[in-house]
Amino acid sequence: MTAARETMLRQLVEGIPYLRFLGLRFDIAGEELTAVLPFQPMLIGNPLIPALHGGVTAAFLEVTAITGLVWSGLAEGQAPGARPDHGLPKTIDLTVDYLRPGQPKDAFARARITRSGRRYASVHVEAWQDSPDRLFAQGTGHFLMPEA
Amino acid sequence: MTDITRIARQFIEALPHAAALGLRLDQIGDGRAVLSMPWDERLIGDPATGVIAGGAVSALMDTASGASVMCHPAGPATTATLDLRIDYMRPATPGQTIRARAHCHHVTRSVAFVSVTATDDDESRPVAMGAGAFTVDIRR
Repeated sequence: MTAARETMLRQLVEGIPYLRFLGLRFDIAGEELTAVLPFQPMLIGNPLIPALHGGVTAAFLEVTAITGLVWSGLAEGQAPGARPDHGLPKTIDLTVDYLRPGQPKDAFARARITRSGRRYASVHVEAWQDSPDRLFAQGTGHFLMPEA
Repeated sequence: MTDITRIARQFIEALPHAAALGLRLDQIGDGRAVLSMPWDERLIGDPATGVIAGGAVSALMDTASGASVMCHPAGPATTATLDLRIDYMRPATPGQTIRARAHCHHVTRSVAFVSVTATDDDESRPVAMGAGAFTVDIRR
């Protein structure tokens, strides 16, 4: 079952052009899903600093939240987003808190689903580089779940 | 086109991630910036509908917001995002350019406040709206 769930998630991720554009991948350890954004120069905002583009950070948190919702749904057997006719969760709003500049190195993020209802979900996402104890950004978003 | 617009365009369009997204600076000056992001299938977030990923729209809006801070008369030479909240009203229509209009409406010694709206061809119905706070570097 876990293998099937992982396969469904990977197929979904591979089918999203924007995730390929960012070079994003997901590491799975048991129940825990970690988004990995390998560093590449095109993720830089201002090359004089140089730091990750603020928009990259926002995008990283958002796709981690959406994928986290899909992963959680797959566990519950509802599989939102795993079936093309159901669609993916849609972002209602996202607030990003930029804690420190993103360094030009790999970044990691995990989503925590604080509330998941039939229509709405609330998700908190944390992103770090060197250590999960030292976040460079965090975010909270609301998402509209696909109709079952 | 004024020299300032030309210089700003060269600066913004040369930012690595702005270049990767294909962002174009349409207008800039006096705390306002307009940037556009042409349709690009690499940026699709939902393959079932062909709608551009929210993250790409966020990156466009963040870039426009930062540009509006930097061109504010009291603004800093460089800035970074402290906080950005974006509300997504509707999916952008596939195939259309998305345009972000940012307005830096207040600058203190430490913080610049911005509001930003993103639209597609139907400018009467925004795709997304945002509010942000940006750093002001007082060592200008």
